[in-house]
Amino acid sequence: MSGIFTVRLQHGPFDVAAEAAKLTRGRTDVGAVVTFTGICRGAEAGEPIAALTLEHYPGMAEAEIERHVADAIERWPLLGVTVIHRHGRIVSGEDIMMVATASSHREAAFAAAEFLMDYLKTRAPFWKQVEKADGKIWVDAKATDDAAAERWAAPGSKREAAE
Amino acid sequence: MTIKLRYFAWVRERVGKPEEDIEVPSGVATVGELMVWLASRGEEYAHAFANPKIIRAAIDRTHVGLQTPIGQAGEIAFFPPMTGG
Repeated sequence: MSGIFTVRLQHGPFDVAAEAAKLTRGRTDVGAVVTFTGICRGAEAGEPIAALTLEHYPGMAEAEIERHVADAIERWPLLGVTVIHRHGRIVSGEDIMMVATASSHREAAFAAAEFLMDYLKTRAPFWKQVEKADGKIWVDAKATDDAAAERWAAPGSKREAAE
Repeated sequence: MTIKLRYFAWVRERVGKPEEDIEVPSGVATVGELMVWLASRGEEYAHAFANPKIIRAAIDRTHVGLQTPIGQAGEIAFFPPMTGG
């Protein structure tokens, strides 16, 4: 059983539908594909946002995402995973990143997509800076994102602490 | 021992440079101790490292805690909590 596993960082846009289609092309063992797309909002807490700039740590960002894709493959029977994350300036309304997971059944595809997103938010070295009317501001990390990632930790350890 | 330091996001802005090579002083053994020493290097460093608890670190592109020994690190990075996705 072979799978298609892709991690890509790029400045330019990507095509979610085309990327998802690559996971099923020419094969009949995939029964479920889940895609998540993160999109740049045009406002935050009522304040307009023109664009955001994503800074990243080249080399580590790829390695960290690949490590979590490998972890997801160990946990669920996945037939494909695609993670694409953009960097640089992204205007509101544009896609920032995507995760697609393919499996024979939906449970694994849904769970793995959520697992990857939760870890990506808290462990992949990317930082968002938003452009507001009064200047550029670094986005603060959310405690809710940490809690979301911690629920995947081994039962009996961090999971209980997070709940 | 010479190591490369890299700074990202507001840590980079406060320090005023993206990277530099430094000579680790004797007596500095852990990542946390390195941050304390960096904070003593001048106003911009003091501002960047004022609150070490909110700064994350990586040794050779792997996340580490403040207690981690610097050991034979080639590159140590300091950055705020991550906000990708």
